[in-house]
Amino acid sequence: MNSTANPDCAAAECFHCGQPVPLNAHYPVEIEHVSREMCCRGCQAVAEAIVDGGLVDYYQHRTAKSGAAAPDAADVVPEWLRQAKLYDLPEVQQSFVRQETGEVREASLILEGIVCAACVWLNERHISGLPGVLSVEINYSTHRARVRWDNSRIKLSEILHAVAAIGYTAHPFDPGRQEQIFLKERQAALRRLFIAGIGMMQVMMYAVPVYVAGGDGSMPPWIENMMRWASLVLTLPVVGYSAWPFFIGAWRDLKLRQAGMDVPVALGVGAAFTASVYATLTGGGEVYFDSVTMFVFFLLSGRFLEMGARRKAADAAEKLVKMQPAMANRLSAYPDSQADELVAVSSLSAGEYLLIRPGESVPADGVVEQGGSRVDESLLTGESRPVMKNVGGCLIAGTINVDSPLVMRVEGLGQDTVLSGIVRLLDRALAEKPALAQVADRVASWFVLVLLLIAVGTGVAWYFIEPARALWITVAVLVVSCPCALSLATPAALTAATGSLTRLGLLTTRGHALETLAKASYFVFDKTGTLTHGKMSLLETIVLRDASREHCLVLAAALERASEHAIADAIVSAASEVGSATSRFEDQCEVAKISNFPGSGVEGEVGGRRCRLGRPAFVAELCASPVPEELVRERNGATVVALGDENGWLALFALGDTLRPDAASLVKGLQQRGKTVVLLSGDQKDAVQGVARQLGITTLRAAMTPQGKLDFVRGLQGEGAVVAMVGDGVNDAPVLAAAGVSIAMGGGTQVARASADMILLSEHLPHLLAGVDIAVKTSHIIRQNLAWAFVYNLIAIPLAALGYITPWMAGIGMSASSLMVVLNALRLVDPSAVKDRS
Amino acid sequence: MESLYLLIPISVILIFLVGWIFIWAVKSGQFDDMEGPAHRILMDDDKPPSDAAKKNHSNEE
Repeated sequence: MNSTANPDCAAAECFHCGQPVPLNAHYPVEIEHVSREMCCRGCQAVAEAIVDGGLVDYYQHRTAKSGAAAPDAADVVPEWLRQAKLYDLPEVQQSFVRQETGEVREASLILEGIVCAACVWLNERHISGLPGVLSVEINYSTHRARVRWDNSRIKLSEILHAVAAIGYTAHPFDPGRQEQIFLKERQAALRRLFIAGIGMMQVMMYAVPVYVAGGDGSMPPWIENMMRWASLVLTLPVVGYSAWPFFIGAWRDLKLRQAGMDVPVALGVGAAFTASVYATLTGGGEVYFDSVTMFVFFLLSGRFLEMGARRKAADAAEKLVKMQPAMANRLSAYPDSQADELVAVSSLSAGEYLLIRPGESVPADGVVEQGGSRVDESLLTGESRPVMKNVGGCLIAGTINVDSPLVMRVEGLGQDTVLSGIVRLLDRALAEKPALAQVADRVASWFVLVLLLIAVGTGVAWYFIEPARALWITVAVLVVSCPCALSLATPAALTAATGSLTRLGLLTTRGHALETLAKASYFVFDKTGTLTHGKMSLLETIVLRDASREHCLVLAAALERASEHAIADAIVSAASEVGSATSRFEDQCEVAKISNFPGSGVEGEVGGRRCRLGRPAFVAELCASPVPEELVRERNGATVVALGDENGWLALFALGDTLRPDAASLVKGLQQRGKTVVLLSGDQKDAVQGVARQLGITTLRAAMTPQGKLDFVRGLQGEGAVVAMVGDGVNDAPVLAAAGVSIAMGGGTQVARASADMILLSEHLPHLLAGVDIAVKTSHIIRQNLAWAFVYNLIAIPLAALGYITPWMAGIGMSASSLMVVLNALRLVDPSAVKDRS
Repeated sequence: MESLYLLIPISVILIFLVGWIFIWAVKSGQFDDMEGPAHRILMDDDKPPSDAAKKNHSNEE
């Protein structure tokens, strides 16, 4: 909710949710002997439930205000909760509930509305206090809860109701195989990392005395021998377990006749380890156990951090799948009877009739049979305005019915829906991508091949010069040239930069994203939801008679108060922002006999006169005078809503999307950095031009189809441009995938997140600018790192090949060189690199 | 010096013990949530729910 936009429009903030308290509202709750004002009945009920539950500590410890409670949280049970009873049926529970002995059951829930640690505590305490609940665990980072309960004493639906009573929403979900695989992978990576870590520490302990003594005879041979054996025992699990993925990767590369980065890593580790074991067994030569463990540990840490960042990005897409409707209201005997029954979507078939209540999602593709309502298709089009659907109109699965009930006939299900078609398009675009990444791999594999050839050449040469030293010198070459600095150069810098960006709320989901962002020359924006709020608000009021602006607004708000669509919200919130002036009119605006004409507007009686609010044509019927066309046309593509009574026109309201406050500075910042900013939009030309003019964007394309956007981006790429695409909405998804680097807004439609390379979770546009700067800095650091690795190898390999480097020097050189690379990369973590940007 | 005959093997055994403890900790899910417990310790659980809550509860059912 956009509660901070107008901090001064009301005197107080709701103690519970932080939204402004409406002027004439009075919803007090006594919290710790102080009466606090709430903004609505919903928040009041929630706060009372918290206080009564002895959970007042929540208000002390919370670090963020909770989200607003649904206005009807107190008495009207939300639609989905009415269905919650269904979750008690054994056949429905099958998919997500695990039965234990007797009546004990366990389920996973996704909790919505968690903003800080206090929320977790509040939920845990509240749920565990319910009679019959055996245990509850909530994971703070994933917002998932695991609940165990005794089914003979409490039902799952009652637990869901209890969570709703304190203002949160819990959805049961099937943790699924994907989830378990992720958990297992994470645990395995942690084990590998830790074993490498303690192995490294202890082996280093054994290695230091040997280095210090330096073979000057001050250390008796039996001690050195024993240290070697101890090191061998500890290195064995590090090589055999922690480094195992590298050997697997190298083996896979060899089978495919490629030379990836895993090959020299595996060879270096393998050769150094084998040589050390040989030296230990024969009691001669040098050992490199410390180098081996240290190298494995450094590499694994980089991979582990990388994995965590990727995992976070995948979550959003996963949640979306769970949120799609699983249940539908089937009208089995339609049109003879309107009786509906709840059934699973999977059991539907084409030709059946469904009832969709306001606020519900459309479960399948189909056609409206009865009723008329506006439908929110933003999931598909990214367009914020709900679209009117009358009898015969097409409905698309996944969209949301906004105003009034609809009866639909099912036409497409499952794989045949429009949504799955878009997903397939997206898959194809994704499949085309790796071409760019493979070039980098090929260069690396050549380097690796050259390295291997040098090692072999050295071995052969020394076999003829001095056979006794041949093995040791070859190993020295492999160890010293061990591409640690080379293979750490890129991931270390990327990991550090990704961490900095995540703290800014810019999540990176693909490895190549930063590199490409640094090179991007074109920034292509989708208007809706990226540069604008993607939400209706009142832009302008044109008063047509001798009434005041406030009076018209209050009257309109009174007429709309019962409705709950985007336009009504915009008018009601605009009316409450007018402030104290409005209270004078409240009494004159008692509205009676409100009736709703879906798709046209509302009608009501004020002081004995009929009033209408809605489409100009609809109001014109009552006013008996023609629509003031030129006024409507002047409004630059904004939606115009008219207000009138029997005596004529009262006012026109222009509503539209507003620009995000930082959009202009972002566009200017990008242009200052020499980037070309392009605006692509599916909206009409006037609206797009209006936005472009305000932001100083000269290149724009309006009324674009998804295919058109894709062609435009391909065209730019054909000219050699590197395109960064910022968008939201599924219609952007194929374009997002085709662009060199794609950035999705966190508040945008969630499917787009799945395909975007970066996600702006903070929705704070200047962070994108900071992201560009960090990306540029990252590519500098990667270049420095690669240069260092190259220079190091260029000096060290010839020295080693000529036999000037003893293996312990090679080990230290290798470790020092990788340490240099990591330390250089860590400069990106420095918060000051980030701070002065925002 | 001869004590090293004993101390070095002991250090190896200790490291294996530490490794085993860690693997057990990973297995029992101690590393699944890295942030929650740090916050949770700050909040007291010792206030019992008031009577009003119990009453509300019975009303709900």
